[in-house]
Amino acid sequence: METRGVDQKPLRDAVPGRMDAPEVTLANSREAGAGSQHLTPDGPPCPEQAGLPGAPRPVPCGRARCACRSGLSACAQRGAEPLIAMESAEAEPSESRPEEDGAVPASDLPLPEQPAATMEDCLAKKMEITVSEAEKRTGRNAMNMQETYTAYLIETRAVESQNEGQCSPVDSLWRRYSEFELLRNYLLVTYPHIVVPPLPEKRADFVWHKLSADNMDPDFVERRRIGLENFLLRVASHPVLCQDKIFYSFLTQEGGWKEMVNETGFQLKADSRLKALNATFRVKNPDKRFTELKHYSDELQSVISHLLRVRARVADRLYGVYKVHGNYGRVFSEWSAIEKEMGDGLQSAGHHMDVYAASIDDILEEEEHYADQLKEYLFYAEALRAVCRKHELMQYDLEMAAQDLTSKKQQCEELATGTVRTFSLKGMTSKLFGQETPEQREAKIKVLEEQIQEGEEQLKSKNLEGRDFVKSAWADIERFKEQKNHDLKEALISYAVMQISMCKKGIQVWTNAKECFGKM
Amino acid sequence: MEAEGRAPGPTLPPAGGRGLEHLAGVPGATPTPLLTASAEVLEFDDEEDDLEVFSKDTSLAEANSFSPSMPISPSSMINQYKFEDEPELKDLFITVDDPESHITAIETFITYRVVTKTSRGEFDSCEYEVRRRYQDFLWLKSKLEEAHPTLIIPPLPEKFVMKGMVERFSDEFIETRRKALHKFLNRIADHPTLTFNEDFKIFLTAQAWELSSHKKQGPGLLSRMGQTVRAVASSVRGGVKNRPEMFTEMNDYMETFSHKINVLDKIAHRIYKEEREYFNEMKEYGPIYTLWSASEEDIADSLKGVASCIDKCCKATEKRMAGLSENLLPVIHEYVLYSEILMGVLKRRDQIQSELDSKVDALANKKADKDLFSEEIGKLEDKVECANNALKADWDRWKQNMQYDMRSAFTKVSDNNLRYYEEFYRSRSAILICVCGFF
Repeated sequence: METRGVDQKPLRDAVPGRMDAPEVTLANSREAGAGSQHLTPDGPPCPEQAGLPGAPRPVPCGRARCACRSGLSACAQRGAEPLIAMESAEAEPSESRPEEDGAVPASDLPLPEQPAATMEDCLAKKMEITVSEAEKRTGRNAMNMQETYTAYLIETRAVESQNEGQCSPVDSLWRRYSEFELLRNYLLVTYPHIVVPPLPEKRADFVWHKLSADNMDPDFVERRRIGLENFLLRVASHPVLCQDKIFYSFLTQEGGWKEMVNETGFQLKADSRLKALNATFRVKNPDKRFTELKHYSDELQSVISHLLRVRARVADRLYGVYKVHGNYGRVFSEWSAIEKEMGDGLQSAGHHMDVYAASIDDILEEEEHYADQLKEYLFYAEALRAVCRKHELMQYDLEMAAQDLTSKKQQCEELATGTVRTFSLKGMTSKLFGQETPEQREAKIKVLEEQIQEGEEQLKSKNLEGRDFVKSAWADIERFKEQKNHDLKEALISYAVMQISMCKKGIQVWTNAKECFGKM
Repeated sequence: MEAEGRAPGPTLPPAGGRGLEHLAGVPGATPTPLLTASAEVLEFDDEEDDLEVFSKDTSLAEANSFSPSMPISPSSMINQYKFEDEPELKDLFITVDDPESHITAIETFITYRVVTKTSRGEFDSCEYEVRRRYQDFLWLKSKLEEAHPTLIIPPLPEKFVMKGMVERFSDEFIETRRKALHKFLNRIADHPTLTFNEDFKIFLTAQAWELSSHKKQGPGLLSRMGQTVRAVASSVRGGVKNRPEMFTEMNDYMETFSHKINVLDKIAHRIYKEEREYFNEMKEYGPIYTLWSASEEDIADSLKGVASCIDKCCKATEKRMAGLSENLLPVIHEYVLYSEILMGVLKRRDQIQSELDSKVDALANKKADKDLFSEEIGKLEDKVECANNALKADWDRWKQNMQYDMRSAFTKVSDNNLRYYEEFYRSRSAILICVCGFF
């Protein structure tokens, strides 16, 4: 754990109510806010942020969903969420709380609500973004081997100038799927408290027999194109993510983007899988809401993937039913050749059977859109889980730090009083090999006291971090929930509408067929 | 009852005081019960009826291309129409039901109850109830074929159904067979000639032991088989050289028809299978939405709505399948069997013809015994003429029925499908309202 004493002075200096610097990227504020990830600011810095350590902490906003994370933490109501971390960390850290509380005037202010302002600032409103084309390319990969891949054309156009009656130019550049992945990974690491929109699937899953599982299949590519566009739009309409500079460059800067991303060093900041897994198993007191959320996301993932699998099978069967009817067409036609009276009726009925059989193609294509909408939320479940995991990791970190602090304090106490309260190897050794000299003891105590001092500060900051994280994450989760409910309802409605149109087609065909049969 | 619109037996029982009457102008009609009956004659009481039905029927008479020596009496067609409207003229009602299993030391077999209600004079009673097994039906069919080699005897359900892997005594199999046997007897009852067949009467009325003893008389199954074998052989030998054009046309028609109907049979079964698989998958689909709704709050109701909608769709699919299985599959299958029967009938006619032809050839070679031969040939010529006429009339009747049956079956299937989509539409509209309502 690096010591962070110098940077850690945020909240005492928090000034509530300032509304400036909407352009502050999260990256900046986080950097100042001393997360465990230390990022180089790569966009316009927060105006207040002089970039100097020890500068008064710039906390411009009191907005509910401010891009500036530190602002959020300042604004957030204290006491609203009991700091479970604190409680589990056994006394010491919490003693400093009242002191903190008193020092932060913002603590008692309610959260001012101004979501609307944020939305208008969203990139999506300022800029039209489309993924308009897909192209097969061949090139050489890192190992200088030939490979075929698909590149997607991203077109952007500023919206404002359109309002002025000017036709603004369209900027465009080509990106391939792996670059999208890179962007997303960057966002995941940079904004761990945000439910980052998912990418469309890398490989075709949940296919029914007619759909190809081949990545080069034009239908798959088309659906992926739509999915990628959707991804960009989602990011661009997210109040926090839209302000990210790397994202902006992804859309506008063709060359050197990859280097830019890698320069942020985000890969180093990524939590190792092992660490995260370890935390999941060992964390003692995570925020209940996150635990529930994790369960929810597990359930969501399981139910949606089951749904998609069965839907694919149902689609397969429905396809079969319709297509077999097509055989009627040919037989009726051949049969009508030998019939005098029945001939016409048979022939025309056969034609309607062909129409019926052909109608399933459109129907199922539309259904694929529905499936894609569900798939997005299937992948969103993973993003939700990622946020929960981050919380667990931070919480675990906190718990470990608290534990460490406690044990150090204990050691200190033992040394000072000479009593051995608990079994420790050191204690045993000293018993066996004799006591230390008072000077040695003094030295040890001093070291310990320093460490304890550091540890306490660290713990404090971790606590704050944890609280901040919980608050901002939960805010985004609430946003996500609303979005999810809205989107899924719309999806269900459009599904019902699709089915209704399928019924109408069916009724029409069979009415016609019945008429023809009647003429036989 | 399956009398509606079918070609029924137009001749009425003597009990009603009506007798048979030849229609004027039917050439070659000899006063044998066989031919008279097949001429589909009806005595009209009123002249008015005469006019009415005549006008109704010109279209049929024109449309029918098979009208050589025997002008297709419009009245014969008319009868079918008339009986469509007046089912009470039917005087023989048969039902086949109540399958029962009989277990003996040697075998296990099923018997079916055959109930006959009739107002005909030649029946001693007006109601009969007997038990018959599949073998008995086979016997009846063979007797009818023997008596009327060039009439189209309705098909019997097959002995075994291998393709469906249906167990011999499964409920489904028994029910399908029962329905087919019911159809078989009713078709005979509706046939103008066959309905008066003596063996048929015995089949309907005799008690088990009576039937057994009656069965033992007369040429057995083997001799009939021999007949068909000879028939096939003779047609292979080329007994078709003097075949009238009309029968060649019939042959060609039957070949194509047979092929098409078999393909239709396969298609219909395939559709049924696909619908069943679709149903099976749908059964699993709905509950997933219900499961999902348990994890949700805001959208739980919408999800539950979708689930219930899918369940309704499932039920509708079941009905659709049942409709197909009831209305279309048995009809098509019957005509598959019919196509085989018709090919056989045509061959038998050819065989009768070839008997004549060979005698004629023999006469041409052997000048002696001219007189004897002439008499024989005369008889054979009559036989051929009878056979031809019988077949011709029956053929027309069969075609009419086929047209009606197909039209009816496919119309019913269309209705089924319409009902299915309408229900589907209703339930989906309901869900839409439901989901929107919770928006």
